[in-house]
Amino acid sequence: MSEIVVPATAARPRRRLSRRKSFRRVLPWLVIAAIFLLWQAFVDGFRIESFVLPSPTAIFAAGWQWHGPILASAWQTFMETAIGFFFAIVVGLCAGIVIGSSSLIYDGFYPALVGFNTIPKVAVVPILIIWFGVGAIPAIITAFLLSFFPILVNVATGIATVEPELQDVLRALGASKWQMIRKVGLPRAMPYFFASLKVAITVAFVGSIIAETVGSNGGIGNLMLVASSRFEVPLAFAGLLVTGAMGIGMYAIAGVIEARMTGWATRSGMDLNTRS
Amino acid sequence: MTQRPMKSFVELYQVSLRYGEDGDGTLALQDTTLHVDKGEFVAVVGPSGCGKSTLMKVVTGLWPATAGGVIVNGREVDGPLSITGMAFQNPTLLPWRTTFDNVMLPLEIAQPHAAKLRRERAMYEAKVSDLLALVGLKGFEDKFPWQLSGGMQQRASICRAVIHDPSLLMLDEPFGALDMFTREELWLALQELWLARRPTVILVTHDLREAAFLADRVLVMSARPGRIVADRTVALPRPRALSMTYEPYAVGLVQELRDHISAAREAA
Repeated sequence: MSEIVVPATAARPRRRLSRRKSFRRVLPWLVIAAIFLLWQAFVDGFRIESFVLPSPTAIFAAGWQWHGPILASAWQTFMETAIGFFFAIVVGLCAGIVIGSSSLIYDGFYPALVGFNTIPKVAVVPILIIWFGVGAIPAIITAFLLSFFPILVNVATGIATVEPELQDVLRALGASKWQMIRKVGLPRAMPYFFASLKVAITVAFVGSIIAETVGSNGGIGNLMLVASSRFEVPLAFAGLLVTGAMGIGMYAIAGVIEARMTGWATRSGMDLNTRS
Repeated sequence: MTQRPMKSFVELYQVSLRYGEDGDGTLALQDTTLHVDKGEFVAVVGPSGCGKSTLMKVVTGLWPATAGGVIVNGREVDGPLSITGMAFQNPTLLPWRTTFDNVMLPLEIAQPHAAKLRRERAMYEAKVSDLLALVGLKGFEDKFPWQLSGGMQQRASICRAVIHDPSLLMLDEPFGALDMFTREELWLALQELWLARRPTVILVTHDLREAAFLADRVLVMSARPGRIVADRTVALPRPRALSMTYEPYAVGLVQELRDHISAAREAA
C-alpha cells in the first residue's frame, strides 16, 4: 500500500535536530543568566543605590544571609498556594464539566462567573480577613479564587466544543450523556485543562502573596512587606526571586504532566520519532 | 401506518423536515417516501445541499421528522437508534486513541457488547484485529490517527462504524475528501466488508460512479427541499470489479443518473 505516513528522517537532519533539541533545553537558562548579567551591569554601570534597585549579587547575598526566614516564608507561601491550587483544580474541573456539558447551564452561569472574575481579588482580601482572621486561610482562599476561573473556562470550552459529527456517532451508539463526557469530552478537554494549569499556578502564587501582603503574619508577601518597611530592599527582592523560582518550578511540573498526558495534542516531530 | 407489507427494514413515509423551532426554518426534506430492504445497499445521490445528510439524521433518529413516519426494523423511530453505525466525510477519529482503540470505542458503548466486553475482551480484540486486517490496516493498530494518511483514517472510521455489527450502516460521503485512487481502493474494501456481513447500508454520495459500483439501488434526490425523484436498480453481479464501471451498462446508468440530477437542479 502506498499510504505510509511516518516521515523517514535521514541521519543527518536527525543529528541536527538533536543538537537543536539540546540547545532548546539550555536556552531558558541562558536567557535567565543574560537577564541577571544585564541587570548587574546596569546597576554597577549607573551606580544605582541598593535601596533603589539592588544588584543580583546583593540580592543573592541577602538571600544567603536570611536563608532561614526566607525558606520558612517560602514554605508557608508554597503550602497556601498548593492548597488553594488543589481546590481550584477540583472545583474548576467539576464546575467546568457541568458548565461545558449543558449549553443551558453554560448560558445561565457564564455572565455571573465573568462578573465574579472581574472583581479585583485584592479588594476581597480584607473581607476574608474579617471573616477568617489573619493567617493562612485568607491566602489559601485568594489563591483559589484567582486560579479556579481559568481552569473552569478551559475545561468547559474543551467539553462544549466536541465536534457535532462525533456526537452523532456516539448518540447513534446509544451513549449516555456521562459516557459522552467520559469517552470524548474529558479527554478532549485535557489539553485545555493542562494549558490552564500553567496559567492557574502562576496566578495562584499571585493570589497567596497578595493576601499575605494585605494581612498575614508569615509567607513571602509578609516577608517582603517587613523587609521593605525596614529598607532591606535586597531582601525584598530575594523574596521576589524565590517566588519566581517556585512559579517556574510548578510551571515546569505542570508542563511535564501535560506532555505525558496529552502528547497527542502537541504531536511535534519529536513525538513522532519517539513513538514510532 | 403504511400500506406496504412490513418487509422493508427502513421505511420513510411522506417525511418532511424543517429546521428551526417555529416552523420558519429551511425546509430540508419534503414528502420523502422511500424504503430499503434488509441487507440492501442503497445509494442516495443528488445536487449539493439537497438534504441528503438530513435524510441520514432522520433515519437514524438523531433529528425528529417534522411530519410523516419513519420506521426502522418494524418500529417507529422516536430517538437515536442504537443499531446504527455511522461514518462521515470527516473521519472523526479520537486523536488520543490508537487506531485499535478507536475501533474499540463502539464496543465500550453499544449494548450488548459493552456489558460483555470485560469478560470476553480477548474475543472482541481478535474481532477488531480481524476487521482491521480485512480493510488493510494490519500493522497500523498502534498508530495514532495523525500518523495515518487520509485514506487509512477513513478505513479506520469505517471499521469503527461496523465493529459492533450494526444492522444499519449510514455512510455520509465517507470517501468525499479522498483522491480517486484511494477512493477506488476503499470501494473494494467496503464491498468486501458488505459482502462479509450484509448490513443494510444507506450511502450518501456525490459520486455517481461510486453509487453505480457499490449500490444495489440508487435513489436520486431533487434540490432542496429534497424529494426522491428517481429510483434505479443496479443490475450488476457481485462481487463487482472496478472495470465494470467503465463498461456500457454502468456508463449508461451514470449518464442517466446525471440527467436526473441536472433536471432536479433546473427544477429548483
